[in-house]
Amino acid sequence: MSDYREMWKELGLDLEAHDQLLAVIPQIYGDIYLSQKDRPEGMGYLDFVMSEIHGLRVKELNDLRAAGGKVVGTFCLYVPEEVVLASGAACVGICGGADWPSAEAEAVLPRNLCPLIKSFMSFKLAKVCPYFESSDMIVGETTCDGKKKTYEVLGEYTNVYVMHTPQTKSDASRKLWLEEVKNFKDKMEELSGKEIDASALDRGIAVVNAKRAALRRLNEARKADPVPISGKDALLIQQVAFYDDPARFTEMINKISDELEERITDGIGVAGKGARRILVSGCPMAIPNWKLHHIVESTGAVIVAEEACIGHRYFRDMVDEAGPEADTKLEAIANRYMKLDCACFTPNVERIDNILKLVDDYNVDGVIHYSLQFCDPFTVEYNSVERALKDAGVPVLKIETDYSMEDTGQLSTRVEAFVETIKEPQGATV
Amino acid sequence: MYVGIDIGSRYIKVVALNGGGVEDFEVADTGFNPYERSLEMVKPYNAKRTIATGYGRHFAREDFADGVITEIKAHAIGVRVLFPNCRTIIDIGGQDSKVISLDESGRVADFQMNDRCAAGTGKFLEIMAKTLGFSIDEFGTQSLTAEKAVRVNSMCTVFAESEVISLLAKKEEPRNIALGLHQSIIERVSSMIHRVGVNDDIVLSGGVGRNPCIRELFGQKLGRLIYTHDHPEIAGALGAAIVAQSE
Repeated sequence: MSDYREMWKELGLDLEAHDQLLAVIPQIYGDIYLSQKDRPEGMGYLDFVMSEIHGLRVKELNDLRAAGGKVVGTFCLYVPEEVVLASGAACVGICGGADWPSAEAEAVLPRNLCPLIKSFMSFKLAKVCPYFESSDMIVGETTCDGKKKTYEVLGEYTNVYVMHTPQTKSDASRKLWLEEVKNFKDKMEELSGKEIDASALDRGIAVVNAKRAALRRLNEARKADPVPISGKDALLIQQVAFYDDPARFTEMINKISDELEERITDGIGVAGKGARRILVSGCPMAIPNWKLHHIVESTGAVIVAEEACIGHRYFRDMVDEAGPEADTKLEAIANRYMKLDCACFTPNVERIDNILKLVDDYNVDGVIHYSLQFCDPFTVEYNSVERALKDAGVPVLKIETDYSMEDTGQLSTRVEAFVETIKEPQGATV
Repeated sequence: MYVGIDIGSRYIKVVALNGGGVEDFEVADTGFNPYERSLEMVKPYNAKRTIATGYGRHFAREDFADGVITEIKAHAIGVRVLFPNCRTIIDIGGQDSKVISLDESGRVADFQMNDRCAAGTGKFLEIMAKTLGFSIDEFGTQSLTAEKAVRVNSMCTVFAESEVISLLAKKEEPRNIALGLHQSIIERVSSMIHRVGVNDDIVLSGGVGRNPCIRELFGQKLGRLIYTHDHPEIAGALGAAIVAQSE
């Protein structure tokens, strides 16, 4: 990694703090990932990506910038990646899944705030995220109050552009969102100095649709019993989807899917046939937040799907084919994003329907509803999720936590007890 | 011999079954070396099978235990043997409190557990008793003789301790403060009870079941009879021992 020190220095990273951060990852990654048995061989690519987490990809982004390209940082899957790529820019999800530099953010933000928001603000203030420092523009969105107001603060430190995401799916909201997508296109043209015409949009759409299709295929394999890939590995792939080079990522994930499909034919799995199948539903788990997956899979159960932004919400819907003009393509893009069922919408019945569908499609034995502390949209929406699942006879466990490890003992007990209860067939006695 | 061991944060409990009924049981302070203590306690039984539960279950599995179950399952099984009609278990342990709802057949239907903090647990009561100058046994009995309850607002163990000290400085009577503290625990645990729903019979399990004031106040709060066993702290170890014997 020492080759990158000059690059990190030029980006303005705090090298000492950054060293400390990088020293933590191999230990955690080793304990959580490399200790797994019967991993698909293709995961070697992800091991490589993780070993280069702040190295190779950052170098690629900086090479792109040196050649006149731009880098756009995002925090939410509402930002239309297709438009970013159409301008020739790269799109990267910004670090927000760790509390290592956590104290920094509390200088400018309240303590009782979503850990993801505090995390990204901390990464910025502590100058330890090379993706942040490589971004020519950060694109925020008005999905929740915490983020919306934090972008004002973040704007004091870096170049921030905020998209107004609607909160309902009314016609007025759709119009507003289409306007926002068009304005964003103008903004990207201004930033990149390139015109985004119909063929540029086609290219952007094709790349992102292919990435989403690869993730769909990978997740399709998780329907098998025994499951050919652990939930932890699948989560990692979905996390890396947000910052890896999209074309390379798509190719590598398709290779992993080839392997998974062979495993299914051969009946090879990471957990025995009949292992309890868990759906995790709720808030996104940004890299390196592997806490819940690790606890769940340590009990012998497997996670077969994530109903979350880093999960099905990211790849479920594609941008449809549209007419030849740039405007109709932008409309198709806007329509795709209006299908998202984030808890920031009201009402949000689509999410309940999608959860029930995933339970069916993936033969799920129990649902763990995961919310980050202080996330009002997801913690409040739990009520209707719980009711729908209970009505359908599906066991559900609510977890509300942050990135710290202080509650892992209690979480383990709760998760283990949950797995125990769904293990026993209804009406069984001891 | 089949052994169940419940390695709690404050006490370690062991129950030995002889293929039928209870042969022996033992309770010891967890102390500074729970691993050594656990080993000392299970060794004499030379058990055919040992099942561990409690927060120390995982280290036990790595060493001497043949299997583990969670406290929730252990209490459900153990309490149900002691009280065959039990449908709701309130278990207040050293560092967590749980409410477990059982279906008619005794299977765990739902449960609630406090997250992260020690508020509303046995450890909280222990520290408060000490601050007021009571032994653990006196704490509940003295509290029952209180004339009125002095409310303690803070549920954080550290802040509650300072609050209790300042109440004592204001010449509030220790037993009245004790009643206020007991009430605050009841409030805390009641919200969990309401989430899982209340069905008779209700059993108070875990070491805190020995506290007569907690029993009394739960009865008042829920308007129902609360059952406790003479040895409420061994229910988890008993459940583990039953699993050891039946597997």
